[in-house]
Amino acid sequence: MDNSRQLLQYILSGLSNGAIYALIGFGFAIIHNATGIINFAQGEFVMLGGMLTIFFLVFLHLPLGPAIVLAITIATLVGIAFERLAIRPLKNAKPLSLIIITIGASIFIRGAAMLIWGKDTHALPAFSGNDPLYIAGATILPQHLWIFGISVLIIILNKVFFNYTIIGKAMRACAYNSYAASLVGIDVKTMVLLSFVISSAIGSMAGIIIAPLTMTSYDVGIMLGLKGFCAVIIGGMSSGLGTILGGLLLGLLESLGAGYISASYKDAIAFIILLLILFIRPEGLFKKKETERV
Amino acid sequence: MTKERRQILIFLFFAAAVLVIPFFLKGSYFLNVLVFIGINTMLAVALNLLLGYAGQISLGHAAFFGLGAYISGILTTRFPVDPWLAMMLAGFCAAGLAFVIGFPILKLKGHYLAMATLGFGIIMYIIFNETVGWTGGPSGLSSIPNLHIGSLFFDNDWNNYYLIWIFTLGIMLLSINLSQSRIGRALRAIHDSEVAARVMGVNVRILKVQIFTVSALLSAVAGSLYAHTMTFISPVAFGFNFSVELVTMVIIGGLGSIYGSFLGAAILTLLPELLRVFQDFDIVIYGLMLILITMFMPGGLISGIETLAKFVVSRIRGKQSNA
Amino acid sequence: MLRLDGINKIFGGLTALEDVSLSVTRGSITGIIGPNGAGKTTLFNIVTGLYTQTSGQVYLGEKNISLFAPERLAGLGLVRTFQNVELFGQMTVLENAMVGLHTRSKSGIFSCAFKIPSQIREEKYIKEKGLKWLEFTGLADLADLTACNLPFGKGRLLEISRALAVEPQIILMDEPAAGLNSRETVELASLIRRIKELGITVVLVEHDMELVMDICESIIVLNLGKKLAQGTPREIQENPAVISAYLGEG
Repeated sequence: MDNSRQLLQYILSGLSNGAIYALIGFGFAIIHNATGIINFAQGEFVMLGGMLTIFFLVFLHLPLGPAIVLAITIATLVGIAFERLAIRPLKNAKPLSLIIITIGASIFIRGAAMLIWGKDTHALPAFSGNDPLYIAGATILPQHLWIFGISVLIIILNKVFFNYTIIGKAMRACAYNSYAASLVGIDVKTMVLLSFVISSAIGSMAGIIIAPLTMTSYDVGIMLGLKGFCAVIIGGMSSGLGTILGGLLLGLLESLGAGYISASYKDAIAFIILLLILFIRPEGLFKKKETERV
Repeated sequence: MTKERRQILIFLFFAAAVLVIPFFLKGSYFLNVLVFIGINTMLAVALNLLLGYAGQISLGHAAFFGLGAYISGILTTRFPVDPWLAMMLAGFCAAGLAFVIGFPILKLKGHYLAMATLGFGIIMYIIFNETVGWTGGPSGLSSIPNLHIGSLFFDNDWNNYYLIWIFTLGIMLLSINLSQSRIGRALRAIHDSEVAARVMGVNVRILKVQIFTVSALLSAVAGSLYAHTMTFISPVAFGFNFSVELVTMVIIGGLGSIYGSFLGAAILTLLPELLRVFQDFDIVIYGLMLILITMFMPGGLISGIETLAKFVVSRIRGKQSNA
Repeated sequence: MLRLDGINKIFGGLTALEDVSLSVTRGSITGIIGPNGAGKTTLFNIVTGLYTQTSGQVYLGEKNISLFAPERLAGLGLVRTFQNVELFGQMTVLENAMVGLHTRSKSGIFSCAFKIPSQIREEKYIKEKGLKWLEFTGLADLADLTACNLPFGKGRLLEISRALAVEPQIILMDEPAAGLNSRETVELASLIRRIKELGITVVLVEHDMELVMDICESIIVLNLGKKLAQGTPREIQENPAVISAYLGEG
């Protein structure tokens, strides 16, 4: 009985981490589909979500709700600034230059965070306390429910936005063919900006909901960003089901691996999976077959 | 004076300056800093071959540096292996690893390659930290023996300076030779237009892997030298931050310029020494440097200096013809 | 010299090339023409190894080169130039030409790094040959200029020099006259004739009808992915199917 309880525990934490990875992965997918580039700084927005919330909570003594809203807003503003200053002027730069600049910008954000908040790790208090619930023999913290709930909400909003609103459809049009989209009157520049807005908002939200469970500090962005990237690669760079499955799969493998193989190599597991996928099946495990572009 | 003659002269001048400087320095502190500049130059040059010439980004190069250091360290502390032999084995292992992962990893392009090398670097860093039995984990590995030739031991700043810089000059010279040869042209061709390079018969896939291997080998040798001169190593020096620092050195010095790599290494080694407050600002400054140099001076500081030199020379020539 | 047998290329739902078979005589100048979208560049990319055909074979002489990668084709003496000139912009004009000699040289990383005597000799050889091919196209005095600073017409010539440095059996040119003014086009025509005199087979994809009718001995017409006709310039000009395909063009 104890074994199955342990297994359930691993599965639970794996799924909740996986949900976060999926959300971060969405951020990568949305920007990539709109611009063709990988936003190296995605992980930093996740970091900013958690750190800003703590800042508003602890130093400005705001209640949790407004702190979160403010944190997401500021993270989104940083995302906009990033797009304006680092991305837009470089649409026609050499690919290597673009990569270096996005790396530089993400490092800059991380460095600024270190300057402002120091190197300490901080804990965000759980949204509704720490009293565990016992379901099917596994211990679930309320925060897990928040993570699942908010993730599902974001996934639904995502789906609705991209499939049922005009703007969402316009963004998808840009992803398929930005030239054609511009010909039918879609303002590609705004769509690009919007993709950054959505990605940084989702990313920072992801950072906030996981922060109570895992400590946050100025450099969590790298690991989380890479793991989110792994999720979206498994999912075939989709901003939908593929990435959700990718994230959950990654979270599960990581959790089970840490539990049964070795806890200290937990992070390495995710990155080994990343390398394996990139080496063997870079188009992802869940991608639908696409017709070749002429 | 022909271009070749001038280049040989520049190198001889540089080498002479390097060999003579210790006599003008007071105190071992400066020698120590110059030793670090030497090691960082080796690493920057090694990375430049990959990044500057072939145009392939690697955010995990500190891993090969660390691999070289640890293999040397482990072989000479836990086993009675001669340090020079250990260095060769370290280079060989790093080259082998690079060769094996090179094929799949260099099929990736752009950001995907960046992410993959980043992931690789972090995996190695975790291994350095977790294989405590071999590496000593976060507490590091100490009592690494010094290198020696006969009774000449490299255990003080003076000897270490010359040891490191002989290697550094050697690596610089080999890289300069390489850059102006058929291989160097082929690498730069890949960087400028991979498809045209292929059409001209350059076997892009294999050449990328070869240069990746050479780059890893040189980095590992630098790591080995680092281990034997510092006699103590710990994983902190071999993580993501250092990989970023190396990329920054190459970029600010100038992609594709060997002397630029020296310049970048020198600047980034001296900055923390000159500005004590730099410690906190370092990451922010690296980020800014990467952005500003790439945007406004893509050829790096070397290209800025060359432009300045040309300007000065043409002014002088202008004055001479007017006089 | 070059023979294509039943080449088909299907991209998803689009048939770009349908059962195209043609042959090119050794030592000739052959032109491939056709309205836009006829599949000319696709055909080129298949022959030069950048695309893989859905079915069909390509022969160079007796050798079946159907699935060979571009780098291998250079070693067999087949080179091409590009419609959007693909120069090595950051290298000098001479260095660009010297890259053409990659398959005619063999110093590896070790030899080059340590500058062994055979590498020094080979480097001298490469430089001399590179200069020779620059002279052939009249670019020798621009040897030390950085390639991206070349005016467009000269850039085209450099691409041709570079391809000639491979000392190929056959050179495929993708719209070499595109973007050239009439004087440059005339010079291009005489250059192509001189290339033929060296014994090199020339195949070009072109839209400039004057140039094509002037220098080509044999012309192949493609339309909508199919081969419409093959013949001498006169035969093609009088072919009713070609005329109707080109209604309004040329």
